[in-house]
Amino acid sequence: MFPIVHARQLSDAVFEMGVHAPAIARKAQAGQFLMLRIDEDGERIPLTFSDWSADEGWIRFIFMRVGKTTHQLSHLGVGDSLADVVGPLGVPTHVEGLGRVAVVGGGVGTAVAYPVARAMVAAGNEVTVIVGARNADLLILEDEFRALPIKELIICTDDGSAGRKDLVTAPLKELCESGAIDHSMAIGPAIMMKFCVATTKELGVPCVVSLNPIMVDGTGMCGACRCSVGGETKFGCVDGPDFDGHQVDFEELMSRQRVYNDDERLADAEYHKECSCHS
Amino acid sequence: MSLVDDTATPAPAEKPRHRPARIPRTPMPERDAAVRAKDFEEVTLGYTEEMARAEASRCLQCKNPTCIEGCPVNIDIKSFIGKMIGGDYHAAVAVLKEKNALPAVCGRVCPQEEQCESRCVLAKKGESVAIGRLERWLGDFDLACELEHRCVPEVGEDSGKRVAVVGSGPAGLACAGELRRFGHSVTIFESLHATGGVLTYGIPEFRLPKHIVQAEVGLLEEMGVEIRCDVVIGATYTIDELMTEEGFDAVFVGNGAGLPMFLGIPGENLNGVYSANEFLTRVNLMRAYEFPKADTPVWRGRKVAVVGGGNVAMDAARTAKRLGAEEVFLVYRRTEEEMPARKEEVHHAREEGVEFKMLCSPVEVTGKDGWVTGIVANTMELGEPDASGRRAPVCVMGADFTIDCDTVIMALGTRANPLLPKTTPDLELSKRGYIVTDEDGATSKPGVYAGGDIVTGSATVILAMGAGKRAARAMDEWLKGAAR
Repeated sequence: MFPIVHARQLSDAVFEMGVHAPAIARKAQAGQFLMLRIDEDGERIPLTFSDWSADEGWIRFIFMRVGKTTHQLSHLGVGDSLADVVGPLGVPTHVEGLGRVAVVGGGVGTAVAYPVARAMVAAGNEVTVIVGARNADLLILEDEFRALPIKELIICTDDGSAGRKDLVTAPLKELCESGAIDHSMAIGPAIMMKFCVATTKELGVPCVVSLNPIMVDGTGMCGACRCSVGGETKFGCVDGPDFDGHQVDFEELMSRQRVYNDDERLADAEYHKECSCHS
Repeated sequence: MSLVDDTATPAPAEKPRHRPARIPRTPMPERDAAVRAKDFEEVTLGYTEEMARAEASRCLQCKNPTCIEGCPVNIDIKSFIGKMIGGDYHAAVAVLKEKNALPAVCGRVCPQEEQCESRCVLAKKGESVAIGRLERWLGDFDLACELEHRCVPEVGEDSGKRVAVVGSGPAGLACAGELRRFGHSVTIFESLHATGGVLTYGIPEFRLPKHIVQAEVGLLEEMGVEIRCDVVIGATYTIDELMTEEGFDAVFVGNGAGLPMFLGIPGENLNGVYSANEFLTRVNLMRAYEFPKADTPVWRGRKVAVVGGGNVAMDAARTAKRLGAEEVFLVYRRTEEEMPARKEEVHHAREEGVEFKMLCSPVEVTGKDGWVTGIVANTMELGEPDASGRRAPVCVMGADFTIDCDTVIMALGTRANPLLPKTTPDLELSKRGYIVTDEDGATSKPGVYAGGDIVTGSATVILAMGAGKRAARAMDEWLKGAAR
């Protein structure tokens, strides 16, 4: 069992959770992920680290409440435990010698952008962070980013309630066009990453993306997470989760992410029928 | 050691000479195909005590038994059957466990017809003794006993040495049990949340109930084996860290050949295409057949095509049937004759309504709106024998027919998982990524041994167990040497 040592609601549907897992915390690196299972009947879901402390033996992740598992997770707090936490999995994000980098985080992907930006800064790169959210209420980790020695933090919201009223691709395009960046990384919903890739590709700036396919074991055993990269099939869990965005087949990724939509709706409906305590 | 020379002592006069019963081989009771193909309960029911005694009595108790040579772990078959004939089941179990920690598992999944039973003298005249079924009966007998009456192999005197075992599948479990008998302290590291490896995620409930696996693994824990789930060696710890920071004196790697293979044909990433590993893991390990009570879903196709001819293909096909598929096709590029699957599995699959499409080699998976709609295949014929000694399939008609289906399951075998070797650079690998070892399982890295599918590629449960045991003996020697 893995005791929950930290739980915080970041916005209406976004939560941060910390778990005591010293062996994992000792090894975690930016861009890597964990697999968790809440209880005996639970599914295994992948979540990317948002933070960790090797000294204190904890790891953190941030999730959005969307289906049954994340609903259940959102009702757990300090004193509760998770049945299983496994990691760190996946290849760490490459952060060395990138030069001037734009790190784009959208939605809960922002949670992953934070340790990535931190690691890139620590590796001596000049980092600009672009964070996108639907509105000011859904904006997360602003203070944490401001505390990092980054060049600039650019906030975009769909409705202009915080920062610029723009999509993240607008400032990304400006940075590419002005020659202000040598490299970029996009972490967020597949559709956002797809447009970041389109923007950077056109202007000849590399763009690494952190993919979020469906996984079961997370260690290469099942192949649920396979994606097409440069015409080849890759496993998101062991070959990724980071890939050269310019080579990724996003249509396939998005299609594969939808395989269990009907099942998820059913599980969610059943869960809410049973669980009327938290409405 | 006894001072009396046992071999020279004549058998005591009061012991009656065994007269083998001249009765036909006792059939295994099975559930009706039409009923069992709708649920996940076990297909075969196991012998009753009467059946087991009757079957045991067929054994000739040969002076020079050849069956033992056919067993990859050299179980003293004559002796355990002899004890069964005498009605001393506890003693019979003890003989089994002398060589095999998992009799209830092996009694169910070993291909005995190619091993011990093929060497039985009676096989020459027709029907061998059903050694596997007797093993299963004894394994089940042991598990049905109260814990204090179960046969827990004796543990050796504490050697003061600690061994890490990577993977709790057949190789790791066999190795761990053996190392405990030698008195070493053993910790198994399992990457999944449940123990058993392929016995748990791969082989379906209806062929190997998970409570049997858990119970036999539980006896290893009784022997003092520590099991830590949720630890990925190569990620949470490297092998070097195990041997330095974590204080292990030796490591056995039995992590299996985890990565599923695909054909590399167009359309393989469409929704509705599964590796057999994923399909079976969802159903067996994650219990997707209980969805939504269990949270993991599985796509339940109406028309399912399984590609492959091994036991895993049979398992996938029969599982698809149980999930409610109206039609399940088994697509194989050779003929039934060349199929690597056990005859019994092929027979069961056919009984349950799996339709065999032989000499059929898929070249494309077709789809619409991201989902599978069918397979386009070549018609094959058998040509000259290939490297495997089986006649190679040769294409006679290109892309000449299609199979309509909404699900495709690729059961094409697995390859080595690079996770562990990548973090252990001084571990010598074969060209295909498997770990290179000597006969005893020693790798290129001192103190590190390996066995099972990560060394041989996909093989059987019992071969992996045999490799685990051999390695344990070599590790024992090595640890004694290292102590000097």
